[in-house]
Amino acid sequence: MAEAMQKTSPMAVVTALGPRGMITLRGDLAASKLKAVCKALTGADIPAAGHATVVKETGLAWMSPDELLIMLPHAEVPAAIAKIDAALKGSHYLAVDVSDARAVFRVCGSGAREVMGKLCPVDLHPDQFAPGQFRRTRMGQIAAAFWMRDAATFEVVCFRSVADYAFDLLTVSAKAGPVGYY
Amino acid sequence: MSTRLATGGRFIDRSQPRAFSFNGKRLRGYAGDTLASALLANDQMLVGRSFKYHRPRGVVAAGAEEPNGLVNLGKGQHFEPNQRVTTTELFDGLEAESQNHWPSLEFDVGAVNARLSRFLPAGFYYKMFIHPRSFWKHIYEPFIRASAGLGKAPKSRDADTYEHFHAHVDVLVIGGGISGLAAALAAGRAGVRVLLIEQTAHWGGRAPVDDPQINGLGAEEWINSTLQALEEMPNVQIRTRMMGAGVYDHGSVLCYEQLTDHIGPKDGPRHRLWQVRADRVITATGAIERPLSFAGNDVPGVMLAAALRDFVVNFGVSVGDRTVVVTNNDDAYRTAIVLKTAGLDVPCIVDARPAPTGELVAEARALGIRVEAGKGIAKVKGGKRVTAVALCAQAGEGAVLEEIPCDAVAMSGGWSPVVHLWSHCGGKLTWDEAGAMFRPDPDRPPTGADGEGFVLAAGTANGFLATSEALADAYAAGQIAAGIKKGKGPSALAPAEEPMAPVWMMPQGAAISLREKMWLDYQNDVKVSDVQLAAREGYESVEHTKRYTTLGMATDQGKLSNINGLAILSDSLGRPIPSVGTTTFRPPYTPISMGAIAGAARDGLFQPIRKTPMHGWHEANGAEFEPVGQWRRPYAFRRNGESTEAAVHREVKNTRDAVGLLDASTLGKLIVKGPDAGKFLDMLYTNMMSTLPVGKCRYGLMCSENGFLSDDGVVARIDEDTWLCHTTTGGADRIHAWMEDWLQCEWWNWKVYVANVTEQYAQVAVVGPKARMLLEKLGGGMDLSKEALPFMQWADGRIGDFDARVYRISFSGELSYEVAVPAGQGLAFWEALLAAGEEFGVMPYGTEALHIMRAEKGFIMIGDETDGTIIPQDLGLSWAISKKKDDYLGKRAHQRPHMTDPNRWKLVGLETTDGSVIPDGAYAVSEGVNDNGQRNTQGRVTSTYMSPTLGRGIAMGLILNGPDRMGELVEFPKIDGTSVTAKIVSPVFYDPEGEKQNG
Repeated sequence: MAEAMQKTSPMAVVTALGPRGMITLRGDLAASKLKAVCKALTGADIPAAGHATVVKETGLAWMSPDELLIMLPHAEVPAAIAKIDAALKGSHYLAVDVSDARAVFRVCGSGAREVMGKLCPVDLHPDQFAPGQFRRTRMGQIAAAFWMRDAATFEVVCFRSVADYAFDLLTVSAKAGPVGYY
Repeated sequence: MSTRLATGGRFIDRSQPRAFSFNGKRLRGYAGDTLASALLANDQMLVGRSFKYHRPRGVVAAGAEEPNGLVNLGKGQHFEPNQRVTTTELFDGLEAESQNHWPSLEFDVGAVNARLSRFLPAGFYYKMFIHPRSFWKHIYEPFIRASAGLGKAPKSRDADTYEHFHAHVDVLVIGGGISGLAAALAAGRAGVRVLLIEQTAHWGGRAPVDDPQINGLGAEEWINSTLQALEEMPNVQIRTRMMGAGVYDHGSVLCYEQLTDHIGPKDGPRHRLWQVRADRVITATGAIERPLSFAGNDVPGVMLAAALRDFVVNFGVSVGDRTVVVTNNDDAYRTAIVLKTAGLDVPCIVDARPAPTGELVAEARALGIRVEAGKGIAKVKGGKRVTAVALCAQAGEGAVLEEIPCDAVAMSGGWSPVVHLWSHCGGKLTWDEAGAMFRPDPDRPPTGADGEGFVLAAGTANGFLATSEALADAYAAGQIAAGIKKGKGPSALAPAEEPMAPVWMMPQGAAISLREKMWLDYQNDVKVSDVQLAAREGYESVEHTKRYTTLGMATDQGKLSNINGLAILSDSLGRPIPSVGTTTFRPPYTPISMGAIAGAARDGLFQPIRKTPMHGWHEANGAEFEPVGQWRRPYAFRRNGESTEAAVHREVKNTRDAVGLLDASTLGKLIVKGPDAGKFLDMLYTNMMSTLPVGKCRYGLMCSENGFLSDDGVVARIDEDTWLCHTTTGGADRIHAWMEDWLQCEWWNWKVYVANVTEQYAQVAVVGPKARMLLEKLGGGMDLSKEALPFMQWADGRIGDFDARVYRISFSGELSYEVAVPAGQGLAFWEALLAAGEEFGVMPYGTEALHIMRAEKGFIMIGDETDGTIIPQDLGLSWAISKKKDDYLGKRAHQRPHMTDPNRWKLVGLETTDGSVIPDGAYAVSEGVNDNGQRNTQGRVTSTYMSPTLGRGIAMGLILNGPDRMGELVEFPKIDGTSVTAKIVSPVFYDPEGEKQNG
């Protein structure tokens, strides 16, 4: 990990967050048992395509037509997988712990949209991307996904092996100053 | 001489002087100047030398089309060559140097080329330097490289930073002249998201210079009120110093924003490269004036007519006291009128048309300016400056009628719409006879995903040169782009103009002595005579002529020369201009910096490096890294100043004798689950995976559908419908994608899910005779005995304080446990192993020790023994190809005659007779030579090492009929001329019975 876990610039504060519980769940997203166990684990309904229902550390993100990312506190993962296994026993699904395969960052500040806009080919106009939405995309040269925790805060997830790159990239983009577009 | 006028100059602020230097000379300009206007204000007419003949060159244009005024700008870490003086804004402390001259701009040795120009015609280099062949590399090329070239390459690292930005809009308007403003206004009023960009620092383009009335207002007044209206629209963004560089498929447009170039070196990004996604793109890019082809049209002081009046109106700079205007159209009369009004002398307007009578002509005549109709310029007199022009009849051959002393010439051959951005993505052009110009063909635009044109040319760029037509067209374009019905746009009032007359050569019957002095391409020194020669030599295609003569191939990409050049070609070929066509317009519109393209990707961010959880420990403990995929893996851990080779040998011996640790986290780990997972894996692997019992491991091979070995690894059966597939380090993402491809595209109804969990785990191989003792010492309660966990089985449990999955698999031939723990605990686990292993002599080892140990054991490595042409059968791996299965990927391919050919080279071990190491990549020779006179071969080395275990060189290789030739000797020539002889042996050099790994 980069030497500092947090770097501040006028545009935004970039913070490397601690481990987040994450489960990749593949299955029939319309199945009532799957919906029920997801609701029980996170309190959230299955999000629509391109959306996430994340409150603080807990929620669901839509990854593909047959894949969800379940987010919850790190310590709750083994029990959550056991619950999924019990609930979906006999149906075709896959639930695996990917918590340690990921790194999570927070980009918070008035310039957060532009920090992300420098790195990701995504329409970040406030009318087009707002809390509740979720995007899998490219960030610089790596795969990443993000959503908005609130109107000025992005949470970004990428693979663990490129955490240093992601942190430095976000930091450099924040430090370079505003574009004046959003 | 050129000078600053006492008054005027709408861009400059005379209260703010700016000091700068040119070729070391200290000069002064004003805030708002370009480098070009500041140089001209200081009577610096000569700004460079041409590329081939080193002819003196002066500024010819006032904008992005300038071919001559290129300078080296800045110093040291801020140095940049080939910067255009007409688009470089002046700042305090700017340092510029002219290019392409030696020893000085005023006196240039290379100008001797100019006197030899008769001997340096089109294609000279091709003709001259083709024989003898060897001369090119050793004599001609070094000489040409030394004398050619424009700016110097920077020698220092670039101190500036750059960035990218992504924006999505409904309508992108490129060009902030009155057409762009009108288009943006129309689209903005419709409520859609609009981004309007302008490459210069100023809005309104050339309109304020020529000052038409718009909506009853003066041009500048209308521009300001429109800007204000746009700024008040929340759905519209406007930006200056931002150029539309290239238009690509799907409405993707690259824009280049220059943030600090106008103020000099400063913190923060210098350039920002925008990738804009637009539903519709409006190109309101204006038009470029064409030069006229007359003898001496390159002498400093000869300038485009509109540029000359731009310098007067915008910068208060006069290029000369006495200016002759030469034209084939009415517009150039505006220059004469501006000059006369500014108190300067215009001795004559030379008009190639026989009887001009338009409103502007009448106005010029009323000002007392002499107009010579039906005349042309026979030649320009002067070397480094214009001293006079000689007049002739345009219809004749150039007999001089009169000489007129003057110090500047304003020329206009008509205007060409800037169609570059329209054309980048396939927009087609149509020839406009009346305007003698190519203009966008609205029926053949570049089309988007909806089948509709996504680029709309607007205003002057669309071929509407008259202000009123341009505004109407641009406003309508804005409405169409926004998807609303056309309404009435702004109206304009400007003097009516009479038709221009195409003039491609002046005079039209000019002799060769004149044609040799008529420049088409100023930067690359291409003349009318060169294009005519190319046509005579059989070059009919404009693309071939371009490459043969280098017309339009300089850094300006022929902005001034293309149309004039192809008109000459068309005349020489006796074919109409539209049938000759244009060359291809390619992005970027003008050169953009390499730094902007790289953006943030430099230094530590040049490329993402993948790091395992133990990477930091490796860095701190002497690891020498090697790239494996995007990972960096330790090659070896050097200790106490030992050599890398010594470290590798120590690591091998220690692992064989005691215990070693390998960071195996990078190996791919794919979870495959579902009722059809067994069936799926049976198709992907050559061997049977569906029958693998839960708790066991099996080594598997994957082939492409063409049968070639693609990846290998150990598969573990986790439960009834779950398997874990290990892949190679570099293969993890590729094999994951391969699996998804088959599942999504071919076997979409099979019930299988795949997840890539490579990075979820840190995996450590604990290897060597003391491996079990080490793990048992950590405790945790797992039974790791041979009986409880035999070779090729796995178990979940606790090792010390860690949740672990332990695989009894070995890539070294030793007793070996690969232990996977959650990645977050990887470093702690690694350190726990090192601490507990101290008493057993534990040492980490790197990839080279891994390679040697697997080679000693005869294990193949994907990428060493395979190269995309190798099938498992070549490698003695037929045992891993199931005979029981109906099908697997590659099965049919394995039955093709070429694959079953008994003469395919096959894997064997190679033992050198003298104990030395066969060089990597060496070929085994056989008798005789092939048709090319090359020695015949019978095999090649795939892996070769000094084996510390055996104390001799060992290798694996593919040899003709190798497995049938055990004990035979083969010869491997080395590059030093000697050979090494090796005996064909079994590839398993170490522990062939497998007692150690099974132990």
